[in-house]
Amino acid sequence: MAVTRTESLPLRVEQDVVLARQAVRKLTQELKFSLVDQTKMVTAASELARNTVIYGGGGQMKVEVLLDGAKNGLRLTFEDQGPGIPDLTLAMKDGWTSGNGLGMGLSGAKRLVNEFDIASEVGKGTRVMIARWK
Amino acid sequence: MDRIPILRMGEFLLVTIQVDMHDRLALTLQDDLTSMIERSGARGVLIDISALEMVDSFIGRMIASISGMSRILDASTVLVGMRPAVAITLVELGLSLEGVQTALDVERGMRKLRGAMAVADADTGEVADGGHQD
Repeated sequence: MAVTRTESLPLRVEQDVVLARQAVRKLTQELKFSLVDQTKMVTAASELARNTVIYGGGGQMKVEVLLDGAKNGLRLTFEDQGPGIPDLTLAMKDGWTSGNGLGMGLSGAKRLVNEFDIASEVGKGTRVMIARWK
Repeated sequence: MDRIPILRMGEFLLVTIQVDMHDRLALTLQDDLTSMIERSGARGVLIDISALEMVDSFIGRMIASISGMSRILDASTVLVGMRPAVAITLVELGLSLEGVQTALDVERGMRKLRGAMAVADADTGEVADGGHQD
């Protein structure tokens, strides 16, 4: 598997969440994802970008365009240096929220993509990786 | 500050969301709409989201709250124009917008609102016949 393109977007303020989903929309269009797949990836990115800004205190979204044989894919990594998540199993449950959200962000985003990985350390930060293949 | 315009059409309010909303804009709309219902005595609210390319859990929650708040203020809400890709993604994300009335387009939505009003008026009529005349 090769990474054919990498970029990084800051996620500091609310408006950055909008810019992140627009960037993901554009990339999925370039990769010729179907409309439903584009929408799923953009929505997952929106959930995770919001988490980074609100709960993580800001961070960044790393974008990687992947090529595996004839298959194109898009991998997004959301990183923050925030408070971290003490209980990942709990955080991945539908309806669980530490703030005033619906608690669908993490678990919902996972359902919208092909690959999902989360790592978090209390006091250090959180990293969420998602990928979707065409 | 950015605002989403709310149009008044007789007893109804019409909101057409045409921009990619950041979270604060969505919350402003919620506030504006509830005060507008109170001020105008509107009986119905039509929210057109045909221009929206994605609805994530935050926007979904805003839509559900508007519907709930307007119901308490004696106005029905109908959400119209959701794109199929958005509907598929929203359900997979885990949101089914229970309790929110929907219609395929503005015209059908209007019909639904008029229907809801006719039922409400008929109910009031029955109460009046039951000895409410002074």
